Amino acid sequence: MSVLVFTENWDGKFKKLSFELVSYSNKVAEMLGTSTTAISIGSVADDELTKLGKFGAKKILKLENEIFKTFDTRAYSSAIAQIAQKEKAEVIVIANNNMGKAIAPRLSVKLKAAVGSGVTKPPLSTEPFVVNKKVYSGNAFAHMELKTGVKIITLAQNSFDLIETSNDATIEEASVDIDKSAVQTKVKDVEKQTGKLLLTDAEIVVAGGRGMKSPDNWTPLIELAETLGGATACSRPVSDEGWRPHEEHTGQTGKIIAPNLYIAIGIS
Amino acid sequence: MKILVCISNVPDTTTKIKFTDNNTRFDSTGVQWVINPWDELALTRALELRDDTSNSVNKVTVGHVGTSAADPTIRKALAIGADDAIRINAEPEDAYQVAAQLAEVIKKEQFDIIFAGIESSDFNGSTVGSMIAEFLDYPSVSAVSGLNIDNDEPVITREIDGGKETVTIPTPCIAVVQKGIAIEPKIASMRGIMQARTKSIKVMEPVDVDIITEVVTFEPPQPKPDCVFIEEDNPGKLVELLQNEAKVI
Repeated sequence: MSVLVFTENWDGKFKKLSFELVSYSNKVAEMLGTSTTAISIGSVADDELTKLGKFGAKKILKLENEIFKTFDTRAYSSAIAQIAQKEKAEVIVIANNNMGKAIAPRLSVKLKAAVGSGVTKPPLSTEPFVVNKKVYSGNAFAHMELKTGVKIITLAQNSFDLIETSNDATIEEASVDIDKSAVQTKVKDVEKQTGKLLLTDAEIVVAGGRGMKSPDNWTPLIELAETLGGATACSRPVSDEGWRPHEEHTGQTGKIIAPNLYIAIGIS
Repeated sequence: MKILVCISNVPDTTTKIKFTDNNTRFDSTGVQWVINPWDELALTRALELRDDTSNSVNKVTVGHVGTSAADPTIRKALAIGADDAIRINAEPEDAYQVAAQLAEVIKKEQFDIIFAGIESSDFNGSTVGSMIAEFLDYPSVSAVSGLNIDNDEPVITREIDGGKETVTIPTPCIAVVQKGIAIEPKIASMRGIMQARTKSIKVMEPVDVDIITEVVTFEPPQPKPDCVFIEEDNPGKLVELLQNEAKVI
């Protein structure tokens, strides 16, 4: 029995989110009286993998293969499912982000495992297994029982504090069996801004709303965000109007953020 | 090509969320029900593709798991422009059950592209679309913010951290869509509303599926904490509070 956590990497590096997931998984593992195994897919150096151990992963499985260079939902979920079975995972923890939302449902069907998505706290109980998840777009929470042997939790970003432990983790190579012909996603083009602070990672966020009157008035907000070392965000009407890119839209239907400081300007 | 758009019936997003029966049930008294906002955007894009003669999309069907109580919402989708609808006659219990029911229908009816909104505004599960894909062993792409068709092949834009990726997958496939897939939801015209009355809603009986999650209780929204106001001619005070009291800058 174990708690398995999938730790996504960004060009071979982990982020605060990765450590948050491991810290959370270790908390769940403590509740179940077991240990945490982390799975990393793609090329990540061992000294980077070791960092997962600091937050409580006891075993770190790395899976490097050309197949995983492209994010194909079937290949990734098949790999994680195979490892979950080998490791006899009772709980699988994944981020509730773009990649996690694509993988968790497939794992759920493969393993017939109930999913609690957008979970913000450790399980409320383990017998029965009940999680606290946001519902009605953050206007309420539901205590949801996951009634299957294997459970999947997608953790809401920025909802669990990092907990450092002194744990000497072992790093092992994992092997899985993936049918190459089933990998059908072909990447034609990638547009990526490098060096820009991602909104979901920012400790300080400066957000503007319709009260800013025009996209031409955004310069002071951008300057303020830059001065404070933060990121800019906007409300829904602003992204609907095309004043700001919709990646910046936060709130009910947009990105969920939890910065230390949130400055709202022109938002009612 | 045929497109299926899976729609969920949700409380209007401005609804004040309340619960009854000792916080175990959503209080639907006086609630207006609407098409889930993400599904509405998916439907809009599907109709744009159908109406664009440069591709071979010629039919858009909406699929829903629910009782006849959801018929007004389905009629709305037909009024917006969907050609017909399929309703699987079962009370939606959880994402796994809903996805399994939709997958059964897709097996029978065969579609080339299946659209599902990335989440519903009530349960925020973000699971149904990709679960359908797994039940059917179809390829899928999630976080889709754009979809075009080139020589009967979907060319998809998906959101990744800090950017976008353009990918292709073969049909039949599932596109789990988010904001950006359409600029704004299409609104029903008077003609559309009239036409919707005669369009078909095919009712199909559900298959047996296990229910694997259960809401034990709801926690109603918490009251917001008190707010400190600072006079506009005293910005120094604000900086001081942020620095020394909140310790955030």
